[in-house]
Amino acid sequence: MNFYQQELNRISKICYKNKGQIKTVIRTRNFIENNFEQELSLKLLSDCQFTSKFHLLRLFKKYYGVTPMQYLTDRRIEKSKDLLQSGMTVTETCFAVGFESPSSFSTLFKNKIGVAPIEFQKKQFSQSTLQLNL
Amino acid sequence: MKVKVIGIPVLDQEIALQFYTEKLGFIKKHDVPLSETSRWLTVVSKEEQFGTEVLLEPSPNHFEPAKTYQKALFEAGIPYTQFNVDNLQEEYERLVNLGVTFSMQPTEMGTVKIAVFNDTCGNNIQLIEML
Repeated sequence: MNFYQQELNRISKICYKNKGQIKTVIRTRNFIENNFEQELSLKLLSDCQFTSKFHLLRLFKKYYGVTPMQYLTDRRIEKSKDLLQSGMTVTETCFAVGFESPSSFSTLFKNKIGVAPIEFQKKQFSQSTLQLNL
Repeated sequence: MKVKVIGIPVLDQEIALQFYTEKLGFIKKHDVPLSETSRWLTVVSKEEQFGTEVLLEPSPNHFEPAKTYQKALFEAGIPYTQFNVDNLQEEYERLVNLGVTFSMQPTEMGTVKIAVFNDTCGNNIQLIEML
């Protein structure tokens, strides 16, 4: 066993000894992955795991470094990039990934990605066209 | 400020290019000759062709401390960097079938599953699947 593996074992014993907690957060993340386009709330996520909202919030943040709702937002934004690249309109994309308001979606997208969804889409198309022409 | 390029030191750029494209499945993005022995050589993920570029830099051959650091990490089994995959077990089997050597087989660690392979260019690279 090399040094890295020894270190992993040591860290694992400290950070990942509570298997029940790990199962709970993994199930929660999988639930978000499979249902991110639906209306999800912390209450729904915690009800699914038979735990309190605040307990789930703490656990999720402890193991993934972000809250469940932050994770959900990031997942939706990530998916929206794929949909915009495929040619879907901004409004269609907004609803397809589970956001309720196109204007809030555009603002959030710009905050996270650096450009508005329509600009992102134009940029992707121009880069793809440029590549095809080379 | 944006993250556009991350560097990986490699002992041989041509061998690295072959490994990262033919085995890992990356795509060559930029290849600019800088001197007789070095190129500005970057690859990108096939799934994110406009994403962060990986610079295959020949630093171990031009800067002794880089060589020493790379060798020490390699001998300790420490990955130089890591790449994310959707299904680690599938990717592990695909790479093993292509002759890639793993120092760590797929192993669950808390909320992730990880494995470590030899990139044949002086580095351990970790694959990670978020669980």
